Parts: sequence; C-alpha cells; structure tokens
Amino acid sequence: MHFKTLTELKLALQKKEISSHELVSHYLKRIERFNPQLNTFITVTGESALQEAQKADALRASTSENLPPLLGLPIAHKDLFCTDGVKTSCGSKMLDNFIAPYDATVVRKCRDAGLISLGKTNMDEFAMGSSNENSFYGPVANPWNTAYVPGGSSGGSAAAVAAGLVPVSTGTDTGGSIRQPAALCGITGLKPTYGRVSRYGMTAFASSLDQGGPFAKSAEDVALLLNAMAGFDEHDSTSLNVPVEDYTQPLNRSIEGLKIGLPKEYFSHLNAPMQKTLDEALKVLEKLGATLVEISLPHAELSIPTYYVLAPAECSSNLSRYDGVRFGYRCENPQDLNDLYLRSRGEGFGTEVKRRILIGTYVLSAGYYEAYYLQAQKTRQLIKQDFDEAFKKVDAIAAPTTPTPAFKIGEKVSDPVTMYQCDIYTLALNLAGLPGLSMPAGFIDGLPVGLQLMGHYMQESKLLNIAHQYQCHSDWHLQHPTARE
Amino acid sequence: MNIPITLEATNNTPTAFQVATRRVRSRAAECTDGYMSSETSTQQSRSLKGEGCEWESVIGLEVHVQLATKAKLFSGASAQYGAKPNSQACAVDLAFPGVLPVLNREVLTMAVRFGLSVNAHIAQRSIFARKNYFYPDLPKGYQITQFEHPIIGRGTLPVITEDGRNLSIGITRAHLEEDAGKSLHDAFNTMTGVDLNRAGVPLLEIVSEPELRSAAEAVAYLKTLHALVCYLQICDGNLQEGSFRCDANVSVRKKGDPQFGTRAEIKNVNSFRFVERAIDYEIARQIQILEQGGTIVQETRLYDSVKNETRSMRSKENANDYRYFPDPDLLPVEVSHAFIEEVAATLPELPWQKRLRLQQEYALSEYDANVLTSNKTLCDFFEEALAHTKASAKITANWVMGELSALLNKNNLSIEQSPISARALGGLLSQLADNIISGKIAKTVFEKMWASGEEAVVIIEREGLVQENDSAALEKVIDELMLANPSQLAEYRSGKDRLFGYFVGLVMKQTAGKANPAQVNALLKKKLKG
Repeated sequence: MHFKTLTELKLALQKKEISSHELVSHYLKRIERFNPQLNTFITVTGESALQEAQKADALRASTSENLPPLLGLPIAHKDLFCTDGVKTSCGSKMLDNFIAPYDATVVRKCRDAGLISLGKTNMDEFAMGSSNENSFYGPVANPWNTAYVPGGSSGGSAAAVAAGLVPVSTGTDTGGSIRQPAALCGITGLKPTYGRVSRYGMTAFASSLDQGGPFAKSAEDVALLLNAMAGFDEHDSTSLNVPVEDYTQPLNRSIEGLKIGLPKEYFSHLNAPMQKTLDEALKVLEKLGATLVEISLPHAELSIPTYYVLAPAECSSNLSRYDGVRFGYRCENPQDLNDLYLRSRGEGFGTEVKRRILIGTYVLSAGYYEAYYLQAQKTRQLIKQDFDEAFKKVDAIAAPTTPTPAFKIGEKVSDPVTMYQCDIYTLALNLAGLPGLSMPAGFIDGLPVGLQLMGHYMQESKLLNIAHQYQCHSDWHLQHPTARE
Repeated sequence: MNIPITLEATNNTPTAFQVATRRVRSRAAECTDGYMSSETSTQQSRSLKGEGCEWESVIGLEVHVQLATKAKLFSGASAQYGAKPNSQACAVDLAFPGVLPVLNREVLTMAVRFGLSVNAHIAQRSIFARKNYFYPDLPKGYQITQFEHPIIGRGTLPVITEDGRNLSIGITRAHLEEDAGKSLHDAFNTMTGVDLNRAGVPLLEIVSEPELRSAAEAVAYLKTLHALVCYLQICDGNLQEGSFRCDANVSVRKKGDPQFGTRAEIKNVNSFRFVERAIDYEIARQIQILEQGGTIVQETRLYDSVKNETRSMRSKENANDYRYFPDPDLLPVEVSHAFIEEVAATLPELPWQKRLRLQQEYALSEYDANVLTSNKTLCDFFEEALAHTKASAKITANWVMGELSALLNKNNLSIEQSPISARALGGLLSQLADNIISGKIAKTVFEKMWASGEEAVVIIEREGLVQENDSAALEKVIDELMLANPSQLAEYRSGKDRLFGYFVGLVMKQTAGKANPAQVNALLKKKLKG
C-alpha cells in the first residue's frame, strides 16, 4: 500500500476500500520503523494526524459532495514551512526551540485541500546544501542505499516519499533543492515558476530564488499536489496574480510534434553512464513523437558564480533576524549586546550557513557591491535572456538534473566548491525564475538518475504533460527501494 | 495575517525582549528617540565673525515625518501611538521566520501629496532597499527604506524667516521607510527593554539641500515643513510623541569659499529650540577648531540639551557599512500619471497659498498672515470666527493672535482645546463692532466666556454690560459731575489739561464702565470748555 501513488490512494479512499485513519496509521508505522535509519523526519505529528484522519473519515461518511479534493491523504512538509504550534527548525540549532505561531500559506492550502500532515522533514540547515549533511539533526540516508546522500536541501522530503513513509511531500527549491534530491531519490519533483506558489511562511533563504513545490512518485501526483499548493497570495508581494489551472487536465495530451531542446552546454561534460542513461530516456520521448533539437544556452557556465553571489547576498540579510533577541537560540549568560550576537549566531548556525553569510556580507560591502552583486544581477539577466531565446525555438528543454547519481555520505563535505557543482544543472532556472521538473530516468549501479525538464514562464502543465506521457511509457518511477533492516 | 503577540517586559517577569548588556547602554544615546517638543526660541543666531575672517555656516536637515496611517508600512498591525509595549507588534513586525512585507498603499497617496505640495519630481517607479545593521529594536536586522530610487525627487519649500526674508529651500528627496522599535534603557536594571509597537510605523524622510545658512533659518524651515505636513494631513504633527523628528548636518566655511567644509551630523535634537541651540553650538565649536588651526572630523554627534553641547558619537571610520541592496521581497513601486492627478485634485490649500490669500482677501499684513497660517487649525479658527462676526479681519486676527493665543499659552492648551469656539469669539467681536460693548468690557467678557463657556450676549445682558451710547443721558451725567467738582473744573479751564483724564475716570466710574469711550471724550471736550 505504501508505494501506491497519491492518485491510487485517493481512489481507494473514494471507494472506501480504506479509511484515512488506516492510511495514516500505516504510514506512521512505516515512519516509526524506518525513520531511525533514514532520519527523514525531524518532527512527527502522529497524534494530530490520527485525529485529523478520523475527522476526514467522519466527513466522508457524512457526505460525498464538495469534499476537499485530497481529503484524508497524508503529506509531510519540509521543516522550513511554518506550522502553527509545531516546531519549525529549518534544520538548524538556531530554531531547535522555535514553535511557529502561524501556518505558512502552503501549509494552510494543503490542509484546505484535505491533506493531513504527518510531520516535518529533515533538510540542510536553512536550505543551504546539496546532500542533507548540513542538518543540525544529522544527515538523511538515501533509501536506495543508506551509505549515500539523498541530495538536498529537501533531502528528508524526497527520501520520505522514495522510502514509502509518506505518499507526497513539500519542498523548496532555491538552486535545485527539489529537483536534485528528486533525481537522487528516484522520484518526481517540480519547482514551479517563481511566484506561482506563495512564499509566505516559507522561511527565506534567498528571497528572489526561493520557490516551494511538490514531491511525489509520479507526474500525475505532482499535478494533484500542485493544484493544492499554487495560487496568488496577498501576503506575498512577489506572488503572481494569475488564476491557477487544473494541472491534471493536460496530462494525457499527446506530445507528438513538441520540440524539446537539448542544450549542448548541459551535455558536454557528462560521463558515459549518465549520457547513456539519459539518451535512453530521450529516445522514449522521441518515440512518443517529440522532436529533439540541439540548442545553446551560452551563458550556462555563469550560473554557478552568479548564484553564489546572489543567493549568499540575500541570505546574509535574510538570516540577520536570528539574533537571539526575540526567538530561537540564545547563548548562555551574554555579557553584553555584542557577546549576545556573536555567541548566539556563532553557536546557533552551522558551518555552511556561516560560510554563506560571510560570502553574502562580503559581496554587499562598500567597494565590492558593484564588482560582485551588481555584476551578478547583470549576468542573471544574460542567463534569463538565454532561456527567452531558447523558448522561441522549443516547447521545453530536457537536460540532466545532476552530473552524477547520489554520492556517499561524507564524500564531499570537506570541499564546498565540489559540493556547489552538484547544482550546476539546476541553478539557471532559479536565476531565470522558470519552472523545472525532475523525473526518474534510469539507474546507475542501483542509484536513480533524474531527467530534468525545463519550461518557459508558467508552463508547468507542459512539463507535467511530457513527464506523465514519459511515465506512461516507462517504469522507472514505479521502482521502489527494498528495505534493508 | 497578523498575530498580535504581547511580550510586555516588566521588572518582575523578564522576557526574551530584555537584553543584558552594557553595550546597549553605552549606545543608548544613539538610539534615543529624537523627540521634538514645540518649545520655540527667541535666541538670536550667533554672529559668525571669527578672529581673522568671516565664517558662513551650511546646514542641511533630514526630517523624519511619521505618516498618519492606521496600519504600519508593511503589516496590518496598528500604528497608533501609546499602546501597551509590544501589544501592537504582529508576526511581521517581530520578524518571525517566513513572514513577508506587503506595502500599505495609503502611504503612496501621502508621499505624493507631499511631493506635489513642494513641486517635486514624483518617481513613477521607486524601489525599496534593505539597510542592514544589527540592533535589538530592529527585528529583521535590516530596515526597509528607499535608497537609490526614492519616490519623491527634487522640490522646493518656500520659507519666511522670523526677520521677514523669503527663502526658497531645495528639497533633495523624500523617501518612504519603516521606523524601528524603541529601546528602553532606564526601565530595567542592567537590562534593556525593547518595545516593538513602533517597529514598522511608516516614515517619510525629507532631506533638504544644504541651503540653510543659520540656525534661525533652519528653525524657520522646520516650522514651515511642520505646518505643511499638518496641512496635508499626512502627519499628526505631534512633536512630543516623535511624529516629527530632525537630524541636522552642519558645516562651516570661510565666507565666499565655494567648497563645503567637513560636516557633522547632529542627532537627538528634541525641539525647535534645541535644534537652534544645537546648531549654534556646533557652528561655534567648528569655527573655534578651525581658527585654532584644527580640522573638522566627519562624524555623528549627539546633542545634550542639559549641558547644551554636542559630543561625538561615532566617527566616519566607525560608521556602519549598511550593505544596501534592493529588497527582493518587494516589487518596485509603480505610481501612474492618473494616480498622481487623482491625488493632485484633492490637494488642500497650502500654507503659503493661504498666506497670500489672507493678505489679498482680508488685507492682513504678511506678518499676521504668516503667524495665522503657521498652524492650520489656528487659521481655520480665524476664518471661522471671521465668518461669524461683524468685526473686521484685522480686529479678528488681533484677537486670535493676541488675547486668545495668550490665554491658550498661559493654560498650555492647543487651539483645538480652546474653551471658546471660533463662532463664540466671532459673536463677542460682533458686540464690539456694533458698539454694544467697549474694548475694555470685551476683554472682561472674553475672560468670563473662557471660564463659563457662555455666549458673549448672555454674559453682557445678565451683567448689564451694554455700552451707554445715549448722548443725552451721558450729557446729564457730565453736567452733574461738573456741578459736583467746581474747583477741578475751574483748574481745568485755567489750563490744567491733565485734569481731562480725571473727568474721564469720573464718568466711567459713574457709568460702571459702560459709557462709550469715544463719546465720552467728545462730549467732555465740548462741555469742559464751557
């Protein structure tokens, strides 16, 4: 049951083959059994989940009309979405004692759609990382091989879905934090267009790049969850005031005649096994009638330097509020104000967060602002323009999500620059504000490989359509890791 | 979504808001609220004659005007003054993780009103930036403000100085920003309390060109600006509550030197009078240093009103690097032509327009017009009184600026609190204009009105204060008095003119002050001659 898709579970609930209470109990038992070795959850809200499940069952028993679309189905939220009355740690010692006083818009919308939260998932501290090794709560293990990382920063959310601990989950993607762990864990994840999903209550890392999105086993499930998450929010000034379409509608359209661009810059450095795996997947798309066209995104190589100026700059400012004064970690016996700041922040933040705060502070400093921050804003425009040009020629772009499958826990921790390069294929979309999806496309040595689909502004449904058609003609997304106990 | 969270810090229950720190105390002064009180000064600005040459001071002002909105700049929490500490701070104001700012668009109308009133360039696209620094009363660790692209660009403010000179002072810019909270340094032993009710309250920072040349000019500029923002109803103008605060940039140079000298920024000037004193002190300090061969250090200085001196707070070398950058949580602010025109259509009569009108329409002097228009409520009072009286504009103006203002000042009341309404004053002055009472009686009636709140006619009738205008009756009184005082009459007639006053006094005494003084004079002159 736990490897069924959200779509299948939804049907089972509708047909009353199973109750929400049974479903939630089952997943909670799975979490209890597997979380100790996978470390995917920071907080499990079993009691409230069971209560909500009972309410959902009662509601379904009383009426069959106008029921919330995802009534009684379980979900888990990345632990940077604020949840009223529930610890929201952001994977940081800084917020280990922080209980949010309000719900993030995404959390509220998921609840309004009938979803029941089983808890909060592990993540890289403040979403900074590509391996989930930067969590105060310890690394998350990849369910396909627990010696390997699940990717990051939304590693807990991705691994929990892959391991069958929850059918769907939410994540956030600032530079690849949904797509990269989706790829490494063998599931489907979508980063929507910037502004499509509200950022209110989603703890900020880099405000101009952050975007929340869904994890699921299939594109169809992603569409269902995106229906619940997306929409204008007056509490987020950068939210797009555009009506939300039903993302499940275009799933079954034929992709015949669609032009899919293959950016040469994204394939030129791939190793042979990756190239071979992705070629197989692309052949399937071709077989379905899509035309593959080589394109160029000439400024692709600027993504990493641009991102690692802008994201730290915004992060250095966004994380200033963690000062030990109003909430969160405060050092013992501060001697004076400076001591309070230095020790609370010095003891409360982990290494990678400090590194990025330092970089960000530096690039915004007098005398360096023009050379770094302003320059990066210009290169960001160039990267955007690349996509504008490309989408004049093609309907979507296909590329690797990551340079390699998952790597071993501990393998890259001592070399931040190598770690940053894990995101080489995902950063550009965040800089351009465009939607991207990663879906399972094969395995190398028992570890999943993801194929990334990139779309133009608000073209989520096109990406979901291609992914769904692919998944109708492949079974990579139906593979499940076998538990080793 | 606003989560009102009460985090009141008291001595008994220390909360997370208290920060144990000597450092806070040492920087206390820096963050002291620059409250201004409405005390004014009669002090003359200092002579700038130095030992060897003549000096000129150069002053530019930065005024923080608290905008009179119901809600804060970026949150729905109330912006009202005086509530229990931390009772008006929601999740956004407390900078909880995940919260985002949403612009209160009411401030755009207010900023544009100001911009139009000073003929300024209004930017159709302005940008909010983050000014980053750490302080406990700045919850986000940055202030949202407009930096490179303010909503209001260059404009001019017409100013009349005390000594009647007309100046036109350049406005460099005006930008929107959020206020910080308040640090309470004295309430807690070794701790600092933080009240975040003010955090996020909207401010319009109005920056002048360095075109003011004396402390007196600076004060005239401030008073004009204060009147203006009150006229525009964008600020409640309450100086005590910090709704109108000022920092002054002061430098001196040798007269005729085209270059500006190094400036010092003076913070914490608490009233119009203190602005004047602080600037005067600072000018003298700088001249003294320069004449002794020293150099001025660019720094921020603090005015101490008790010692009447400024002292160094922070030099340029120790200045914060605020790391400004555009706030990615907020879109650029767009202001359309149509919006600007809509605001222009609702612009009230401005102080200087009103001043001209008072001069033209009522033939008041520039001085009278200037005094009356310095305060919109005062001028409204004058015009309302004038609309309800038979007295002339000049007489009405004299009473408003004279008797009424004196009694208000004496009782420490504002014009809004006057126990005598404009209509009632108009009624009193009509009695005067109709010769029903004399000017002297009018003053008595005025005082009784102040005490009882009664109309002038009621008091005049009840107390029988109607002026005696019957000349036959008056002649009779005079005749009797002449008969009763034959020796004084003889002396007067033999040339002792000063005895005229003696007879006036007798008549007034006999008529209980009700005789028409002009009539008394005329009749006495005629009759005493014989």
